Amino acid sequence: MCNVCGCGQGTVEGHSHDDSHHHHHHHGEHRDIHYGTGAAGVAVPGMSQDRLIELEADILSKNDAFAAANRTRLAATGTLALNLVSSPGSGKTSLLVRTIERLGAHPVAVIEGDQQTTNDADRIRATGAPAVQVNTGKGCHLDGQMVGHALDHLPLEQGTVLFIENVGNLVCPAGFDLGEDCKVAILSVTEGEDKPLKYPDMFTASRLALLNKTDLAPHCDVDLDLYEANLRRVNPEIEVQRVSARTGEGLDAWITWLNARLAAKQAEDTAA
Amino acid sequence: MHEMALCEGIRGIIQDQARAQNFSRVRRLRLEIGRFAGVQKEALAFAFDVVMRGSEAEGAELEMLDLPGRAVCYDCEAEVEIDDRFAPCPRCGGGKLMPTGGSEMRILDMEVT
Repeated sequence: MCNVCGCGQGTVEGHSHDDSHHHHHHHGEHRDIHYGTGAAGVAVPGMSQDRLIELEADILSKNDAFAAANRTRLAATGTLALNLVSSPGSGKTSLLVRTIERLGAHPVAVIEGDQQTTNDADRIRATGAPAVQVNTGKGCHLDGQMVGHALDHLPLEQGTVLFIENVGNLVCPAGFDLGEDCKVAILSVTEGEDKPLKYPDMFTASRLALLNKTDLAPHCDVDLDLYEANLRRVNPEIEVQRVSARTGEGLDAWITWLNARLAAKQAEDTAA
Repeated sequence: MHEMALCEGIRGIIQDQARAQNFSRVRRLRLEIGRFAGVQKEALAFAFDVVMRGSEAEGAELEMLDLPGRAVCYDCEAEVEIDDRFAPCPRCGGGKLMPTGGSEMRILDMEVT
């Protein structure tokens, strides 16, 4: 709608003009598409002119630019970056500690996102792996820029596995690309089989779901098959693995998955 | 969702545009929001008013346009439009739908002076 002449369906208040005014419609890409001159159709220097600027810009385009820069940077070292997403308390950090132990000498780095405290990074550093804690303050998710800053402080050897432990939140982190290769969702069996249906976006965005704390399943009347069925209902492509960080159940399959992703990533980067 | 962070993104884009295209005020802003974007419009409108204070878009009129949800059906392989995240395929009734559209969050255009 032209705000000056009111052509189109919109309404214009406090504006009148005769029929002879001129205006131009430019529908070029990402430029001014609509240039309305002053009320009488006369351009007067210094006079305010209303314009319609067509943008079609993604609201998160700034974040996406930071994420793309991170992705380029990570590719340079063949780093496999996994964005670990979950509710608070799903056991992400415990699972990560066990995973790092199992990866042994393989280079690993960790970015820990939480609103407050360095507890999680401290737990990771105790394994010997380098970790950077990002405290988001009031923020409910990590963003591309935060991860870029964290990368400044992390040594990345060739073929590193970088785990980005996002803020525990099943909503917001789904929308923010960090430059990762893929998202891995972690759920604990105690959360309820309908979790994927309640927060579908996160599970649609994830490549793999780790169903953690399977050792507790007999104590909480949970139907693990239903859990998996609900995950596939929101994402027909999602891979699911049942694990227990506490007993070690299922961790071999998870490590095998990691090694396969790492090999695929290195093959990709070599080809590129 | 993260309506506040989205508004900060909008503000950043407006400020970049204000410099590049030389305007001082946004009168009206139109957003396109996908059905599955997880955006609560009321929360976004509230955050918009708060976040735009002191910027070119302070007091701007905000309009939000809906974009439909889209998905590919893994049973009949059609690309279909769906309103509900868990709706069956409108063509074959299948339940295996992978969302392919509807997560958009875009600034469509703005009227500036």
